[in-house]
Amino acid sequence: MGSVLNGQTLVRDSDAELIDRLRHGDEAAFAWLIDTYSAPLLRLAVTFVQDGAVAEEVVQETWLAVVRGIGRFEARSSVKTWLFTILTNQAKTRALRERRTIPFSAFELDEGDEPAVDPNRFLPASHPQWPHHWATPPQPWSMGPEGTALDREAMAVVRCALEDLPRAQRVVVALRDVHGWPSADVCAALDLSEANQRVLLHRGRSRLRAVLERYFADAPTLPSPASAGGK
Amino acid sequence: MTDDITTDLACKELVEIITDYLEGTLPERDRARFDAHLVTCPPCREYVAEMHATLRLTGRLTVESISPGARDLLLQAFRRMKDSATGL
Repeated sequence: MGSVLNGQTLVRDSDAELIDRLRHGDEAAFAWLIDTYSAPLLRLAVTFVQDGAVAEEVVQETWLAVVRGIGRFEARSSVKTWLFTILTNQAKTRALRERRTIPFSAFELDEGDEPAVDPNRFLPASHPQWPHHWATPPQPWSMGPEGTALDREAMAVVRCALEDLPRAQRVVVALRDVHGWPSADVCAALDLSEANQRVLLHRGRSRLRAVLERYFADAPTLPSPASAGGK
Repeated sequence: MTDDITTDLACKELVEIITDYLEGTLPERDRARFDAHLVTCPPCREYVAEMHATLRLTGRLTVESISPGARDLLLQAFRRMKDSATGL
């Protein structure tokens, strides 16, 4: 194979070069694309269709659509945004076909307030000195250092909490905070306004914090070595 | 004391604007109120620390990838596409 593709040099700035290589049938470029984006695409797919096997098919269909559509790519968006837009469309189509998930208009913000913290934890507005200040303040978390049993448990808690988020919140938090996307890319891929994206992010993050708070309030002692291996 | 900067932010409000604060989209005046509130409110400092801790944990969640078999199939499809595009 003539062209050597160096992962380090193929960064986002060289989208044009990447597209050029793909159009010329550079298999290494396509392999790099698959290896780089399959995981985030799968994660996004899971947030749409939930069933893991169906999500894998959606990712596979997305890549096939990429193969078919590479000649039509116009450099108006980044390759990444393009990929995620294709996946979003595939996933929506699939979700409708399967009828297992609500149609995507559910991406609208739900009505009503969803306070970040239980209102009962604040003093009433009528309090003479400290209206709306903490009545039940947050307590420090006893987090374990990275890699310890306690840390792994906290990671498991946050993973479950993320999966339990309402779909729109889950997708936004996953893209922003797990995949590290900038907000502009999230808005483009999901067709959300900046303001709506921020509301979803806020609600999702606030819920995750609340779940972790409950976890740390209940469980923060490390099991003793004697009880840890108790099979 | 009616000056905006010295009007204390209530804790109940802080927990609702924290994302705007972290995103850098809070208007300058509210940002100043936010910062001023944190100086005098240890529970809200704890709240902000917990939000940062939440983001650190979330950021360390890993993602699975596609199976090697699926990857091979895609590379084959790409090859076929290339062959048909170049007229074999």
